[in-house]
Parts: sequence; structure tokens; C-alpha cells
Amino acid sequence: MLSASDWQALWLTARLAGVVTLILLVLGTPIAWWLARSRSRWKAPIGAVVALPLVLPPSVLGFYLLLAMGPDGPLGQLTQALGLPPLPFTFTGLVVASVFYSLPFMVQPQQSAFEAMGERPMEVAATLRASPLDAFFTVAVPLAAPGFLSASILTFAHTVGEFGVVLMIGGNLPGISRVASVQIYDHVESLDYGQAHRLAAVMLVFSFVVLLSLYAWRAQPGRRR
Amino acid sequence: MSDIEARFQLDWPGFTLDVDLRLPGRGVTALFGPSGSGKTTLLRCIAGLERAPQGRLRVQNQIWQDSREWLPTHRRPIGYVFQEASLFPHLSVLGNLRYGLRRSAEAPQVQLDHVIDLLGIRPLLDRQPDHLSGGERQRVGIARALAVAPRVLLMDEPLAALDLRRKQEILPYLERLRDELDIPMLYVSHAPDEVTRLADHLVMLDQGRVTASGALGEILSRVDAPIRLGEDAGVILAATVSELDSAWHLARVDFGGGQLWIRDHALQVGQRVRVRILARDVSLAVQPGHTSIQNVMRGRVDAIGDDTHPGLMLVRLHIGQTSVLAQVTRRAAADLGVALGQDIWVQMKSVALME
Repeated sequence: MLSASDWQALWLTARLAGVVTLILLVLGTPIAWWLARSRSRWKAPIGAVVALPLVLPPSVLGFYLLLAMGPDGPLGQLTQALGLPPLPFTFTGLVVASVFYSLPFMVQPQQSAFEAMGERPMEVAATLRASPLDAFFTVAVPLAAPGFLSASILTFAHTVGEFGVVLMIGGNLPGISRVASVQIYDHVESLDYGQAHRLAAVMLVFSFVVLLSLYAWRAQPGRRR
Repeated sequence: MSDIEARFQLDWPGFTLDVDLRLPGRGVTALFGPSGSGKTTLLRCIAGLERAPQGRLRVQNQIWQDSREWLPTHRRPIGYVFQEASLFPHLSVLGNLRYGLRRSAEAPQVQLDHVIDLLGIRPLLDRQPDHLSGGERQRVGIARALAVAPRVLLMDEPLAALDLRRKQEILPYLERLRDELDIPMLYVSHAPDEVTRLADHLVMLDQGRVTASGALGEILSRVDAPIRLGEDAGVILAATVSELDSAWHLARVDFGGGQLWIRDHALQVGQRVRVRILARDVSLAVQPGHTSIQNVMRGRVDAIGDDTHPGLMLVRLHIGQTSVLAQVTRRAAADLGVALGQDIWVQMKSVALME
């Protein structure tokens, strides 16, 4: 069936998607909250920047990220100043790039969940002596939990499907940056269609099952948004 | 210093609020006015949910807002009841009640038990909010606001989202709160029947301004009344049941100016009640006659005003410390020679118990 390197690629992919989802849960939530609540004139530009990865070719995003992570880029300078190794061609570099790449998949569902909630629950919490931060964790987060779940599933699945950005930032190093999508590309390049088929089928089934369970769960009667 | 002093100015596109009020530190104060009059905005300013940049708010001896200070909502010792109960859907009824209680240093656990019984929600404690009826939800909402042992209870049209039956279900609880709790309640409403039943003090708002503010009885008995409660001019008297006449199914109630006989509705001696006397049910006589009217009292004419119909007029009569209004035709008034300062017999054909 799958070769050892296929398994390695799948495991790497899962690890990458898992780490990125966790990081984005922490980073995306305040951004989504701000976008849902703010009346600032910066709301539209920030919202557009967050959505950019939806439309930008991954190679473009990857190109800019590669420049930023290079010795003269801001991220590169930062890692240097902190005495860390350079980011390109590392797992960490891949994580950083994927965080940008998958940002809208986390932020947008969270933002709609916060918007659907309205102002009222937070006002009620305030009249019941809850400070804004307290109310955020005890009221807003539980009420937006379904949105958080959709956001996490979409982010995970989208990161799994990443290809262009990985090639630009991570190249094709086994165990470090050779994720499943890159592995399939390798199989095809070396005309090993059999291997490509098997791995591609795994990805297809995975993606379908994830989306099916998400949609089935959303369509559940009586479920609160 | 046990009262409330509130001054707010707001200038929003299409809406201004400009009020300067002193409200009593006890009893129910109704904020009454048509929609868009600013009554809810005023309540939200008091709660700190809305911020009027120029404002001053003192509640008892505590400044909540002035030019230097602004206390955020969660630090104000208020209870707030929203129009829709707005219960937290992710918590049970008990969870909702405990949410504020846990965060309130002042609220003792005893308070929660008392409040649960006061609103009759003990059987509902384990339920989820979406398994409650509208009336039950609102009772839980009121209990939740009271569980934090507030120093002021703010209610924003708590009955407006309910149908008539649910309203009738909750009104008695609100009356109990008024009679049993020792905190001032500000009650926003556009429904005259709720106001006459609950309020002790009335603030009338129109287009963001206060058009009248005073004791309910005082405002209702003005002949140029700025408010016609439910179409009908008339007064509300607070009275106490003093005697029951079981043979005739009547009850005697005492008020600040005398006594009235009303139909007995399973009343008890000592019970406090509100009675409504409509101006059209009050007639005047120069001499007492042998009449079917049981409630006849001596009163002094202390104001005369126009009615909405040119053939009618309103006469205010002073009885003891109380005033009632009489609606009579102009011809009858001329015939009787009604004049200011005149002593006259006041006959009340019907006195309705408000329930």
C-alpha cells in the first residue's frame, strides 16, 4: 500500500495542519472579535488583508513570505536578532507561512459567529458584573463555539491541501517539508502513477469526509448558530 | 441623598436626548413615552451601556458619571432586565441565576433563594432557557437581575415582548417586587395600564426631552394632564382595605382623603390596593340626594380645565389630601355654578380595583 515515505509525508501534513490550527485559534480569535465589533475605518482594509490569501496565487504569497524570511526581510532580521536559525526550508518556516495562508479560514467563520451573537449577550454579562475579558471567555466564546469548530475544521483541512506556498518556502525535504501534496507531485514527476493514485485517494477521502461531517453537523435541525 | 440625579445630553444623527432629572430613591419610577422618545436610551445611559459624553449621574451618595469619572457597567450596582429576557442559552436557569451572583461581592446566597421564591421559578431551575415559555423566561430574567442584590433595578419594557396572558402572569410578580423590595425601580414602558398599575412616580418623555415628572397621582390629576392613560382621564388612588361587608360583597378601602366602598374581590383587611376613578364616572351635586351612588364625598373645586371635547370640561376636586377628576358637560357646570374654591358633593359611580 503506502510506502514509508508516504506515511512520513502524511504524518508531517497532519502535524503541520494541527500546529497551524492551534496557533490560528489563538491569533485569529482577537482579530475576528475586532473585525466583528469595531467601527473603526481600518476595519475594511484589515478585513481585506485577512481575506487576501483566499484569492492570491499561493506562489505569490509564498514568494513574498520567502523574501520576508530571507536575511534582509523583516522576519529574517527578527530570527537573526533572536539568534534563531533562518526560517526557509524548516518546519517552523512552513508553520509561519501556513498561518498566513490559512488565516481567513479561521477568522471568517469566527467573525460571522461573533456577529451573529450580537451585542446583547455582552451587555447582559456587563450588567451581571462581568468585566469585558471575563464576559468574553464565559459568554462570547461558549456562544461562538460552533463557529470555532467550523473555523478549526476548515483551517485544518485547508492547511492539509497546501501546495504552492510549501514549495516556495519549504522546498521538498523529506520529514521537514515534504507534505502529502508535494509527495504526490513527486510521484507524478517520477511517473509513479500507482503511488500517486493511492496517496491522492487518501487525500480525496479525507477531504470529503471532513466536509461531509461539517455540513451534516451544520444541517442538524435545531442546532443554534 | 438617597435619590437619583441624572443629567444626560446626547446628539446622534436624527435623535437627541437632553434630560435633567431627580428621581426618588424608592418605589417604582415609570419612564413613559412613545417609541423613539428616548426612554430606553435614558435607561441605558444610567446603566452605562450608552455613554453620553456630557452627563452626570449620582445614585444615592455615589457618583457614577461626571466630567472626570465614568463607572463601567460591570462596576455599577444595578440589576437590568431587558425587553427580551436575553438569558444565556448555554447555561441552565440556575446557571443564569448564578452567573451574576458569583461575580457580585454584595449578594448573599440567601438573596438567591428569596428571589427564586419571589418569582416562583423553583421548578424551572434545571431547565435550559429554550425549554421555557416567554413568561417563564422573563421571570428568570428578572430573578437573574435581582440575584446580584442591586441597589437600583432597571427594567426596559420587560412585558413588551409578551402577549396579554403572559403579561397578566408577570404583573403580579412585579407588584410583589414593588411592595417587598426596598430598592428603587426604574421602569421603561409605553403601556398606560402597566404604568398606572405599577408606578409611584412618573417621568414623561417626548423626543428626548422630559415633558413631565412627578408623583403619579399628581400628574394624573392635572386638568391639563399631559398624559391620558388609555384614552381616559382619571386618577389612581393608593388605598388600604379596612372593612369587609360579606353580606353585600363589598369592601371598604381607606385613602388619603376618606373611604370608598368597592366590590369585594376576595380582598383581605389590611391589604394595600390601587383603585382607579375615571373622570367620566365622577359627577357633581350641589345637594346630596337619595341616589344609587354609594360613594359620595365632600370636595373642593381647585382647578378647572378643558376636555378634548368642546362640550365637556374637567374639574379637579380636592378631597382630604387627594385629588380626583370629574368630567362634566359645560352646561351642567354652568347650571351648578361650579367655581374655584367651591365646596361640592362628589359622586363616584364606579371605582375600579386595579388588577
